[in-house]
Amino acid sequence: MPPVDETGRRRPSRAPRTPMPERDPVERAQDFDEVALGYTEEQALAEADRCIQCANPTCIAGCPVNIDIKAFIARILERDYAGGVAVIKERNALPAVCGRVCPQEEQCEAACVLSRKGEPVAIGRLERFLGDYDLACDLEHRCRVEVGQDSGRKVAVIGSGPAGLACAGELRRFGHAVTVFESLHAPGGVLTYGIPEFRLPKSIVQAEIEMLQATGVEIVTDAVVGATYTLQELMSVHGYDAAFIGVGAGLPIFLGVPGENLNGVYSANEFLTRVNLMRAYEFPKADTPVWRGRKVAVVGGGNVAMDAARTAKRLGAEQVFLVYRRSEDEMPARREEVHHAREEGIEFKMLCSPQEVLGRDGWVTGMVVTRMELGEPDESGRRAPVCVVGSEHTIECDTVVVAVGTRANPLLTTATPGLEVSSRGYILTDEDGATSIPGVFAGGDIVTGAATVILAMGAGKRAARAIDRYLRDSS
Amino acid sequence: MFAIVHKRQLSESVFEMGVHAPQIARKVRAGQFLMLRVNERGERIPLTFSDWSADEGWIRFIFMRVGKTTHLLSHLEVGDALADVVGPLGVPTHTEGLGRVAVVGGGVGTAVAYPVARAMLEAGNEVTAIVGARTKDLLILIEEFEALPLAKLMVVTDDGSAGEKGLVTAPLARLCDAGAIDHAMAIGPAIMMKFCAQTTKERGVPCTVSLNPIMVDGTGMCGACRVTVGGETKFGCVDGPDFDGHLVDFEELMSRQRVYADLEREADAEFSKECSCRL
Repeated sequence: MPPVDETGRRRPSRAPRTPMPERDPVERAQDFDEVALGYTEEQALAEADRCIQCANPTCIAGCPVNIDIKAFIARILERDYAGGVAVIKERNALPAVCGRVCPQEEQCEAACVLSRKGEPVAIGRLERFLGDYDLACDLEHRCRVEVGQDSGRKVAVIGSGPAGLACAGELRRFGHAVTVFESLHAPGGVLTYGIPEFRLPKSIVQAEIEMLQATGVEIVTDAVVGATYTLQELMSVHGYDAAFIGVGAGLPIFLGVPGENLNGVYSANEFLTRVNLMRAYEFPKADTPVWRGRKVAVVGGGNVAMDAARTAKRLGAEQVFLVYRRSEDEMPARREEVHHAREEGIEFKMLCSPQEVLGRDGWVTGMVVTRMELGEPDESGRRAPVCVVGSEHTIECDTVVVAVGTRANPLLTTATPGLEVSSRGYILTDEDGATSIPGVFAGGDIVTGAATVILAMGAGKRAARAIDRYLRDSS
Repeated sequence: MFAIVHKRQLSESVFEMGVHAPQIARKVRAGQFLMLRVNERGERIPLTFSDWSADEGWIRFIFMRVGKTTHLLSHLEVGDALADVVGPLGVPTHTEGLGRVAVVGGGVGTAVAYPVARAMLEAGNEVTAIVGARTKDLLILIEEFEALPLAKLMVVTDDGSAGEKGLVTAPLARLCDAGAIDHAMAIGPAIMMKFCAQTTKERGVPCTVSLNPIMVDGTGMCGACRVTVGGETKFGCVDGPDFDGHLVDFEELMSRQRVYADLEREADAEFSKECSCRL
């Protein structure tokens, strides 16, 4: 039990933040097994004991889905792990996923009182501990969210990524029937095709999705809404009373430089989809091939770029360069991921902007880059890179992976008359996610542009509440 | 799972397969394609619809046995099932108001030319079909073409074993020179489409081609299928598969189609160890 002072009050631990056990960088860069191993019970207790259980906790407001962090940490201190899981699941259907991929350092942990004077409580790691605790139980003993009384209403959720899954889970709590339509052959969206196994094991994603299915969420794969079904048809013929669009921002952006269609140039989407969704790293046991470069240049500075670079390393590349046009300070990737990439031997080429991909006989042989300097801050608040004249030089490589972002996929929006979109193709909604079509809501990257898993989940949940109100008002 | 309801061998290495997929069958239009996966370990491959029946709830496609996936497919029979069939994808072929159209189908591309010719006729165009293959045994769907109300059906083989000896570009050039067509639509191997585009361009006749680049998802997500059309990068899956043949960079397309040639041979070699059919 945690120590108490003479008045009987608990005295929190002053120990430094409990480190996360991780696999050795050299060893782990050889395979696709998970890098971060998760807290043991002892470590989780030690870390939870650092929480001062503030009277007015600020961390909760830092969480996009407002998990009662103070309460779940209290449950850990009481060793009531199932109770802790239940606290999280009140707000978040995917704790084992979010505990791994949320940028906690910018959210709950940034808002932790302890971060003012030192290191915040490792909230994300504790969330993961509880999420994994839950998934380690057999199906009957896992925390099951209570499903609301059957409302007799049916909602179509389009896209089974973070936004769609969060929305579907929430809708079941309100008692609505939910069918999730997924265009690929496996559900999960970016959790399945994008984030690599070594950062988010697919068995975890699958297990969390199974839990949602156990609450009655129906998932239909191989269904492209906008092609296999139209949205109008789902509502008018198939009897859905409302719909949520959470299709993500799935179209890759390329650099627009000469040579970009040479063999050996991949979008990060293609590279990661081949490896994660199609399991090309097991080729020829799995049928999908991937070109395994010896020298790989990954262009970009976000989490996707880190994932692509570390994946290339695991596919056996001798050298992997991370080419980014600003400096390391401006990289949007999580510090933890940057640190992991460095540990695994990814070579950072900062302040370099690609000008051309060079090739011979149709295949990549190198990439011409210009050195950049940082000038005045731009609209993003980051210092804008400016070309250094005459600084062109060539990075020798046989593979280029472009990870500079994504944009809206027009497949569904163009097949849906009356659905208003922005000039860049993102769906226009009010703050609850309501679109220009009554009963149709949207959220996640297809509304905001590429963002994070948890922000998409937050949008999905908000829309679910708005859908519930809509269904009540219209009944 | 998608039940196989029809299978027919059209030539030594070309097969027609039908699958129960009522929702897709209701939506297909000529020129569109599907993505399929044979089993849980399988790759996703694009194949163009060759026929469909909304009333009976089936779709059909035709494939040539060339690599591991098409080998696995060729071993499946009616009563078996495919893990995944997704579609219809891509923009349907534009058929309205074209006038006198030559539809050229080469090799297994004939499978796509057939529904395209049918749709062109339904849209009120006059259609001449040119169907070609290396040799007589590889010609497919001739009877089906004969049953259509075509202005003319011209059969061509490289070796002269059936119809005219030579390449499909010869009758196509004659039609252009005679002023007998307003538009051409070519579907076949990239090299054939390249020369059809060249033949028509020289003669000032517009030519649409149906491209078959490598794809992973088929819905715009991966960008594997990028093709250069008129100097711009387009995605074969969502912007195509049909493009203005006069503007397509065919050399790039053919180079990109060969990306995995070595790896595919490796997969084939592994597979043939397990599979006696190739001995």
